[in-house]
Amino acid sequence: MMTELILNKNGAPPPLEPLIYELSVPGRVGVNLPAPDVPLADLPADLLRTSLDLPEVSELDVVRHFTRLSQFNHAIDIGFYPLGSCTMKYNPRLNEDMARLPGFATIHPLQDPATVQGALALMYQLQEWLAEISGMKGVSLQPAAGAHGEFAGILMIRAYHLANGEPHRTKIIVPDSAHGTNPATTAMAGLQVVEIPSDANGDVDLDVLRGVCGDDVAGMMITVPNTLGVFEAHIKEIVDIIHGCGGLMYMDGANMNAMLGVAKPGELGFDVMHYNLHKTFSTPHGGGGPGSGPVAANEKLLPFLPGPIVDILEEGDDETPPLYGFVMPEKSIGRLKAFWGNFGMLVRAYAYIALHGAQGLRDVTNHAVLNANYVRAMLKDTYPMPFDRICGHEFVCMGHWKDAEGVHALDISKRLMDYGFHPPTNYFPLIVPEALLIEPTETESKQECDRFIAAMKEIAREAHESPELLHEAPHKAPVKRVDDVRAAKQLVLCCRVLPEGEGEG
Amino acid sequence: MADWKTPDNVKYTENDEWIRVDGDTAKIGLTDYAQDQLSDIVFVDLSEVEVGSTVTKGEAFATVESVKAASDVYAPASGKVTAINTALEDTPEIINSDPYGDGWLIEIKLSNPAELNDLLDAAAYAKHCAARSA
Repeated sequence: MMTELILNKNGAPPPLEPLIYELSVPGRVGVNLPAPDVPLADLPADLLRTSLDLPEVSELDVVRHFTRLSQFNHAIDIGFYPLGSCTMKYNPRLNEDMARLPGFATIHPLQDPATVQGALALMYQLQEWLAEISGMKGVSLQPAAGAHGEFAGILMIRAYHLANGEPHRTKIIVPDSAHGTNPATTAMAGLQVVEIPSDANGDVDLDVLRGVCGDDVAGMMITVPNTLGVFEAHIKEIVDIIHGCGGLMYMDGANMNAMLGVAKPGELGFDVMHYNLHKTFSTPHGGGGPGSGPVAANEKLLPFLPGPIVDILEEGDDETPPLYGFVMPEKSIGRLKAFWGNFGMLVRAYAYIALHGAQGLRDVTNHAVLNANYVRAMLKDTYPMPFDRICGHEFVCMGHWKDAEGVHALDISKRLMDYGFHPPTNYFPLIVPEALLIEPTETESKQECDRFIAAMKEIAREAHESPELLHEAPHKAPVKRVDDVRAAKQLVLCCRVLPEGEGEG
Repeated sequence: MADWKTPDNVKYTENDEWIRVDGDTAKIGLTDYAQDQLSDIVFVDLSEVEVGSTVTKGEAFATVESVKAASDVYAPASGKVTAINTALEDTPEIINSDPYGDGWLIEIKLSNPAELNDLLDAAAYAKHCAARSA
């Protein structure tokens, strides 16, 4: 496959910003390294090379280049970001202050645990808090992201059945409203996906569920509230049906922002779940994170948690703090990640939970649900809604009207950019045609929600009166309508200008 | 609502595949409704099948990826694969432009023609599409 620089081809407009390689001037230097203050050692000769193709730029060139690029982007620090399922809430600056404390920021993962007791105490407390919030018995902070947490949970379910002499349990039931990662996780773990439909209210179809239950079922993965934004009305029955046939229940915790302090997955009967700290607990995401997807388990699955996890090795007393250390759960599925999880994210999530406290977290959920229902109620006469019911922290509407046939959800999303808003999630969940999944989060004010509602209504009017405005949108963004077909087909791109003749064929 | 083509000379599944019998072989593809819902198709994965392999009614044999979503394609009937539309490798968009013609996916030799009896005819399938777009 040929790699090429596509921006300047075929009379396309010049790029807004050159590549950093194009800014390169031979001999220009950004950093002068000080003289070494340690003895020099020779590198092995076979590892040395004589040339290295790096841009030669000044510090100012670099700062301006990346500052300009950042200004072409949208971010939660710039404006409203109702990207459903992603919980793009404001990330408090306090999190960043805490993560930069030298005791957290300058330690090394290979340090003797005796010298990083504060960091371990933080991890231990976070495990305890996440267990309390979920109503589970124990937590592993190892997984590096949500899907990684899912993978851990499904491997734990599999390990549990194997330990019980039931290797024939190989099926995982997944509703058709599931996050795409759920069936992907199941396949990754070598198990089979059984997809079941939703009923007319957006809930799992219980009759179909009963029909697929049997002694080959390992478990079920379900999101609560589900991806349609609604709380499964029959969640207790679902849990009972699965447990009744010997399966275990996995909860995808992506939507925990709708449940903090209000409902505990452990008390609903779930056996294992993951959190997305980068969603619910305000650690950065959308810019590469990194994410963090702790997995929580009840008594049944506790011994199977991925490890190591932090535990108290020696109890403390009034005089002496406890001694913390890493332990491997008894029947652990093993390590999932080098070292100790994405530790910097754990510090931020800890800060967020400590700052809010129990009542504060409950308020987070109350306000997230209130904001979503407010926006939903204000838009329901303008945008068709598949389900007329109270939602959780997000809701789905349809970006399409019978009397404005040429306009689709994508056009509405692109037009929203002209109004200064990040588009909602498009075309997900898959079972709602022309889906727009909208999640305001609790950190937006009523005024900001009102501005969004006004823009959505204005766009609906434009869709009927001047649809070309939507088709050609965005008009005000630095980059106009992108060619997403070409983006999906031309997978290999190059970040630098290739010398003549290189990379062809 | 949009008017999706539902030709009379093919049979349909509720999952939006079509099958057209011609002598003792049959071509299988995606319907006009399916390509319209998926929008621009960017990739077709037919690596699970080869000439001489078999497909089983109701089981996935291909994946179609568009800018919106990836979807499994299920066999409307069982049989041995006699041809694969290799043109889709480089130009998957022909499913969008000609879903019942050049955009076919595979051709099979039916192992049990009676399986066709419970597929939908054009009128029933058109109704099925309309019901979902209401």
